[in-house]
Amino acid sequence: MATATAEPRSVPATEGDGHKHKKNALSDGQGRLAWILLAPTLIVILVVAGIPVIMSLRESLFQTNTGVDPNTGLIAGGEKFVGLGNYTNIFKGGDIVQGSYGSMDRFWNAFLNTTFITIVCVILETVIGVAMALIMAKAFRGRALVRAGILVPWAIPTIVSALMWKLIFDANGVMNKIIGKQILWLADTGASFWAIVVADTWKTAAFIGLLTLAGLQTIPAEVYEAAKVDGATTWQQFVRITLPMVKPTLVVAVLFRTLDTLRMFDLPYGMIGPGKYRVETLSIFSYQEAAQTRYGPAAAYAVVLFIYVLLVAFLFVRVLGADVIGDADAPKKKRRKKTEPPSEEAAIETAIGEGIGGAH
Amino acid sequence: MTFVRPARRVLIAAASMSALFIAAACGGGGGAPSGGGSSAPAAADFSKQGDIELWSGKDTSGNLQKQLDAFNAQHPNGKVTFHELPDNADQQRQQMIQNTQIKNPKMAVISMDVVWTAEFAANSYVEALPPDQFPTDKFLKPTVDSATYFNKLYGYPSTSDGGLLYYRKDLLGKYGLKPPTSFDEMKAACDKIIPGEKDSKLACFAGQYQKYEGLTVNFDEAVHGAGGVIVGPDGKPNVATPEATKGLSTLVDWKNQGLIPKAAITWQEEQGRKAFQDGDLVFHRNWGYVYNLASKTDGSSKVAGKFDVAPLPGITGPGVSSLGGHNYAIAKYAENKGTAADFLRWISDPAQQKSNVLATSLSPAVESVYSDPEVVKKFPFMPVQLKSIQGAVPRPKVVQYGDVTLAIQDAAYGALQGQTQPDAALQALQAKLQTLIK
Repeated sequence: MATATAEPRSVPATEGDGHKHKKNALSDGQGRLAWILLAPTLIVILVVAGIPVIMSLRESLFQTNTGVDPNTGLIAGGEKFVGLGNYTNIFKGGDIVQGSYGSMDRFWNAFLNTTFITIVCVILETVIGVAMALIMAKAFRGRALVRAGILVPWAIPTIVSALMWKLIFDANGVMNKIIGKQILWLADTGASFWAIVVADTWKTAAFIGLLTLAGLQTIPAEVYEAAKVDGATTWQQFVRITLPMVKPTLVVAVLFRTLDTLRMFDLPYGMIGPGKYRVETLSIFSYQEAAQTRYGPAAAYAVVLFIYVLLVAFLFVRVLGADVIGDADAPKKKRRKKTEPPSEEAAIETAIGEGIGGAH
Repeated sequence: MTFVRPARRVLIAAASMSALFIAAACGGGGGAPSGGGSSAPAAADFSKQGDIELWSGKDTSGNLQKQLDAFNAQHPNGKVTFHELPDNADQQRQQMIQNTQIKNPKMAVISMDVVWTAEFAANSYVEALPPDQFPTDKFLKPTVDSATYFNKLYGYPSTSDGGLLYYRKDLLGKYGLKPPTSFDEMKAACDKIIPGEKDSKLACFAGQYQKYEGLTVNFDEAVHGAGGVIVGPDGKPNVATPEATKGLSTLVDWKNQGLIPKAAITWQEEQGRKAFQDGDLVFHRNWGYVYNLASKTDGSSKVAGKFDVAPLPGITGPGVSSLGGHNYAIAKYAENKGTAADFLRWISDPAQQKSNVLATSLSPAVESVYSDPEVVKKFPFMPVQLKSIQGAVPRPKVVQYGDVTLAIQDAAYGALQGQTQPDAALQALQAKLQTLIK
């Protein structure tokens, strides 16, 4: 921070064209400073995300040659450009598998699995998470312990919890002992789907709970007192006060969970295993294709998943008005934006936005 | 873009970034090696000496490092260092392929699973080994076959493996029975033993029927044990036959009748071993490593001293095992292939093979080791193991093995779960294999 305060003084001096900026004392010269300060981060993002994404996009337009020479048994190797062939193949249905939705192409089976796992998990996690938050918000003895306890599942690495639940759902495991029936959760059955839902909900409901708790704590107690005076029931208080006031936080929490669940890989892979079509997600399918050295189709599936995730995020922002920064801050920025040249923040947003636009 | 509030734009950016990482993570490698070519390549030059790396899974016994130290002491021109890979075979394969694609000159000797031979050879990931420099007469014939692709040797056998039938000799003795040589005899034995024992947990038989490579092995054995094939001698798939159907439908019937426990469709090697050690199985198909673990008298095994091994029973004909094991191969882009070749010849020496089996219990690839008194004393199952390996057949030798094994698992698992009839499952498998094996 010391440099941040020292720099602005020197920057206008070296800046030859400081003319335009002088109209605006607040952002004068800071745009360049911001760029300098942010450059390391942007370079890292470019190297670890930007370049690989562009390479993925390029890769998704190619296919590896697989033809075997009938005399030597050797493969010529190399890649050929197939344009959008890897994408159009998705609609041709060449690889039919038997999943929960009957016989269909492996891609669409994985797509439906991804979608349904996400819908079911996120709904359950939201309901349970909000319930957890309501409990945690109450003042009672041992509250700190409960808060810490609820977070434990979330702190366990997913692959570890996958193996843990694998033991629980084993044919001779604890779950079958408790319900007194032998359900083969780890075979590729409809039960496998629910095993994933249980494990994922157990693990991440706490995430929604914690974020919702933060939202709950911003609701002033006076509102509830006023409601009580007006004779509102507990349910009315929850529906009319708690939910609307916690909504901005909750929507963001649900958005993050949705994006995360759409990418689910380690839980089904570690717990049920690869090649299980009832729980195979798009991430797993893409990984499996890459493991078979079909990098082109694998990249294409990853790009489709990427666009799908982007679309869902966009819908959340548009329809539910997800908002990560408090509303009080937004109008001020809006006003500033109209009257002033872009602030450094806006410049960065634009830069990131353009970076992503370019990646398409 | 239309006007969007800054806060939303931050959110869109954040969401986009998280999405970006998925695409980035799945990017995969770039260009595949263009080496090889369709013309027949000349034999590689195995003369250049220098330091090399051996790429293999974990050295759990510590014996491999001892062997490397001994080799390095005798071989001053080039030293071998151990490059440890993960336990998981798929991850080993991926690392080997990736390091071929980046032409890693240090990766010289790789421990190649028998089912990778076709893929690694066809893609020229590994060098062909000329017979004048790499004689194969001391090895068991099936192990040499497993390293051969289009009449060329691509690996030097290091370990082998075959399936064994573990049986409860106490129970068989009690009812005056001999080890079964066929599924019918096995069933007849169980029909006597299980009602007599009045143990509700006791089941007749199990192998590995979870959906993974073990299922391919067990399906392969059932098909061959019924006189069928998956891929015929001409290299063409031929699995929609009455023999193969008999093999698969026997497994399905046994599972439906409870002779194979229902839970066995979630079993890999370890779950089956545990069931056998807990005394819940009369017969069990597993690999050689189980012998010493089930013989432990520390309380972990309830069947110590009460079991023995026999060759696998067949369904209609003689029992046939799938062949397991590893071969050492020389990587295409290795810099010092001379040292690698010297190492291959040195490690396959009967003395080294013996030291390896004594330390790891993995079956040797050299035939003479099986009759070594010290080996037989420590591992009494070795003579049976030798028979199992001598009669073993390799799993399909195809370039796209990953796709073939998944197709086999799809068919077998669907039938075992009762979703498809065995004959329909095999017809679908035949159609699929015809598109995969050309």
